[in-house]
Amino acid sequence: MELLNKRTIEENIFKILMIASVCIVLGSLIVIFGLVIVNGASSLTLEMITQTPTPSLPGSPPGGGILNAIVGSLLLALPATGFASLIAIGIALFLQADFLHPAVSNTIRFMLDVLWGIPSIIYGIFCLMIMIYIGMSSSLIVGIIALTMLEIPIITRSMDESIKMVPIGLREGSYSLGSTKFETAVRVVRRQAFPGILAGILLGFGRGIGDAASILFTAGFSNHIPTSIFDSTAALPTMIYNLYSTPLGQSKAFAAAFILLMIVLIVSVLSRLLTRRFKKHIIK
Amino acid sequence: MKNYQIETENLDVYYQNHNALEKVTIKIPARKLTVIIGPSGCGKTTLLKSFNRLLEIQDGVKILGKILVDGENILNRKASEIPDIRKKMGLISQKPYPLPMSIYENVAYGLRIHHKKKAEELKNIVQHCLQEVGLWNEVKDRLHDSASKLSVGQQQRLCLARAIAVQPEVLLCDEPTSALDPVSAQQIEKLLLKLKSEYTVVLVTHTLRQAKRLADYVIFLYMGKVVEQGSADEVFNNPKTTEMKAYLDGEIS
Repeated sequence: MELLNKRTIEENIFKILMIASVCIVLGSLIVIFGLVIVNGASSLTLEMITQTPTPSLPGSPPGGGILNAIVGSLLLALPATGFASLIAIGIALFLQADFLHPAVSNTIRFMLDVLWGIPSIIYGIFCLMIMIYIGMSSSLIVGIIALTMLEIPIITRSMDESIKMVPIGLREGSYSLGSTKFETAVRVVRRQAFPGILAGILLGFGRGIGDAASILFTAGFSNHIPTSIFDSTAALPTMIYNLYSTPLGQSKAFAAAFILLMIVLIVSVLSRLLTRRFKKHIIK
Repeated sequence: MKNYQIETENLDVYYQNHNALEKVTIKIPARKLTVIIGPSGCGKTTLLKSFNRLLEIQDGVKILGKILVDGENILNRKASEIPDIRKKMGLISQKPYPLPMSIYENVAYGLRIHHKKKAEELKNIVQHCLQEVGLWNEVKDRLHDSASKLSVGQQQRLCLARAIAVQPEVLLCDEPTSALDPVSAQQIEKLLLKLKSEYTVVLVTHTLRQAKRLADYVIFLYMGKVVEQGSADEVFNNPKTTEMKAYLDGEIS
């Protein structure tokens, strides 16, 4: 009887701990959204997303909107995620035991994990050095390259994990029909792992669009929408930083943060809908 | 010459340092149903998967000896020729793994990768294969539904249809009924008996009763070695070794 009580208490303690953890996570999400909305509400106007910044008199808040940063962010993060995904899917498929000896692929995995852990400012400085060396200046293209490098390890590792989950029987089935490794990887494994692959791409995009340090030097800053890949450009994270450090700009900074959150949210929802379409053939 | 479709000579298989098969020398007659029996862990599946070089997708596998298919040692073939070896041998696994696509595409997959056929021809072959395995009437109205929606028994028959679509010569079956309900299992058994007139069927099973129902030819493995092989009649009614007798009496399983 006493033993039973002890077990019940143990059970309850863990239940409470789990509920507490969920509350901490959900709570932070709600507080962040709330804080951003409350502080940015007064600046959340249509003007914010339709205009570029305009000069303002000293003593008045920064004028215009942040269209340049919204466009800049999308122009940076979308191509970077695209390039990084293309490279990552190649690496992720190649890392499987069908192609590489596990000792080799595990070494590569370890290196990718190290790359994942490198602070994004290092990527920024690395690209800055190369940029200066080849005589370029901060621009959209260099920013895209920096973000691509930042995203590759993230996307690769999460794709890799989801591809590893594909049951071996499925691959055996494909092989025994006379498929080559390539056909099996591209036609069978890729389909089965698709939801995980998409989740990886999304993770990379979220990281890329929200990162400030890697694009600080590489993409630079500009109050105009870039017209060529050699123009420097603002992005939402750098814009938020700029606005927040401008006198009377805080409210606009929060509005910009809200827009950034919404972009990430919209992309998440869209990709979830997309995943559902592809999920129907998945073998459990 | 074509009496024996698959032969092995002194086949040794190592997983890392574990000797899974030891000096296995067997002969598998063409267009007969050969059953490989033996207690669990004796190397039945390993032997089966060595025939189409499927063992090699695992890591740390070493294969020594000879595996002759139609008189030719497949272990000497280049890596680029492995898909052709495998195409000759359909595999039916323990748990059915339909491909992550529609019912129709599952059967058409093999045909598509071997660059065959126009749409019309493809459709006819798919229908023919599904009819062969008695699945056509059950799925003809939902060919484009996902294969994962079928019952396990239906999935197993779909895998069989998928295998025969590429016109193999051999069907390798690895305990194909062990995950199925009795009715589905019986359907598969009937199909195997029907298919053995066209294909060489190699069946791994752990149920002695199934082996007795189906076998023309029997190979008995014990601890990675072939203890006895011969016609079903010979092996079941006149076992020569003590191990075989013990297995038949249910003393080792």
